Amino acid sequence: MTDIHVEVDGTPVAGLAGQSIAALLLASGRTSWRRTREGRPRGVFCGIGACFDCVVTVNGLRDVRACLRRAVDGDRVELQEDDRA
Amino acid sequence: MPDVLVVGGGPAGMTAALAARRHGAERVVLLEADDDVGGQYWRHPPAGRADPDEGEWHHHWQRFVSLRAALLRDPGCEVVTNAHVWSVDRRDGMPPLVHALVGEPDGQDRAQRTFDPAALVLATGAHERTLPFPGWDLPGVFTAGAAQALAKGERVAVGRRVLVAGSGPFLLPVVAGLIRVGAQVVGVVEASGPARLAKGWGAKPWRLAGVGVGGKAVELAGYLRVLAAHRVPCRTGAAVVAAHGVDRVQAVTVARLNPDWSPVAGSGRRIEVDAVCVGHGFVPRAELAIAAGCALDGHGAVEVDDRQRTSVPGVLTAGELTGIGGVDLALAEGLVAGAVAAGGEPAPAALRRRAVFREFATRLAAAHATGPGWRSWLDDTTVVCRCEDVTAGALRRAAGSTRSRGLRSLKLTTRAGLGLCQGRTCGRTVEDLLTGVLDPGRTANRPIAVPLRLGELADHGRTGNREDVP
Ligand code: FES
Repeated sequence: MTDIHVEVDGTPVAGLAGQSIAALLLASGRTSWRRTREGRPRGVFCGIGACFDCVVTVNGLRDVRACLRRAVDGDRVELQEDDRA
Repeated sequence: MPDVLVVGGGPAGMTAALAARRHGAERVVLLEADDDVGGQYWRHPPAGRADPDEGEWHHHWQRFVSLRAALLRDPGCEVVTNAHVWSVDRRDGMPPLVHALVGEPDGQDRAQRTFDPAALVLATGAHERTLPFPGWDLPGVFTAGAAQALAKGERVAVGRRVLVAGSGPFLLPVVAGLIRVGAQVVGVVEASGPARLAKGWGAKPWRLAGVGVGGKAVELAGYLRVLAAHRVPCRTGAAVVAAHGVDRVQAVTVARLNPDWSPVAGSGRRIEVDAVCVGHGFVPRAELAIAAGCALDGHGAVEVDDRQRTSVPGVLTAGELTGIGGVDLALAEGLVAGAVAAGGEPAPAALRRRAVFREFATRLAAAHATGPGWRSWLDDTTVVCRCEDVTAGALRRAAGSTRSRGLRSLKLTTRAGLGLCQGRTCGRTVEDLLTGVLDPGRTANRPIAVPLRLGELADHGRTGNREDVP
């Protein structure tokens, strides 16, 4: 089991190799990491890629489902806001 | 060109692929979106974090290990993991072309592969259904499946003080999983009342003793022991009807339900939690089947004949896609579908097991079917479509004031179901809320089954990668 480090909005966060980004964020104490157009907070809901509540920007690529994408050492994760209506 | 293409590497897809090989298919390709086979049922940590005690987390784990080994060592079977099927092209009188992107989920630069199978087996499973209630979109409210996926696949607990609620026997393994990863489960709440549970589970109990169903009773007893050992209070005929909190859930209201699932006035009781996991059954993941042209039944499941054949020539389905029935039914249906897809005769034992577990599924459906009274959990401000923040009030107003009776026009007016998840979460709810107001329609009609990057789509036109062309 190797430790990895990713950057979450610029802050270093430790995780485990093979962990999903969602699990890493939850384990780091975050429960939400996105806001909808109305400003409602969102994090994990379905955990299996169906609801898209958990999307984040990873290494500059938007709309990546955090519950599906495995974290890789050095990943830059940015929390995402939907464009406000 | 594969003889048989199987989409979905869960229990049904795995047995389908192996049965197809056994019954004469020369080349079988199994596409799985995750990076290992097993599906949600046998979800487990990735290879680098393998747990030597994995067997304690699953029923039939050894069965999985041997199925996977058989698939991987079979030179006539190619298992493609990280394969995201994004569209199927219908063709007259034959199975569709199947387009997949292979690579990181939601990534870019994934490889394009297009398959032209002689027979196609869809085994895409189901996802959970969660009925809305005020506050259900607060962080800390999870589907029961999310809690289970995070426990089984990641060993992460979604909260410290957790309530599990909804309907169906699936709630029990969720409780067990949460306890294993160290959460305190403050209660499990089943919406169906004791009378309906007894009627569904108890009808003709001697039939339950049939092939292998005895195992179900043992399984159930095992979960009840876990509940008792950890003093998890269990209630029936009740539901979470509201979640409270500002930026995350802090408490829920649990109310007693009438037999139709409407709350008994004044029965609400507040319980402090930091997470709540809710599941009210499952919805078949039918988008590929719909895109292929397969006929659905009234519950949104794909219609099959006694050989697992759909209404489209050369397209078969197995598992939750044909109706929610659990792992044993999925394994049996996979055996039948794989054999038939390869042009063979299904084994009589598989047909027998399928019949027995179908009956079991029918019982479950009777015991746990959603009661229409859940609609009264919602007030006008309750969010129904989580992606686009569309409320129940907005939906009802739009449906009342438009002259169109079509689901599509309602979606365009309100944006319900048009957000990122494309109605996967709210679709069935919207359909149900507007029953009688709108013409019946299905939200699961999605020509592009999973999101893909425009760059990848542009590349698709440029690459000639059809695998029937030598
Ligand atoms: S939590 Fe639903 S898609 Fe990730």
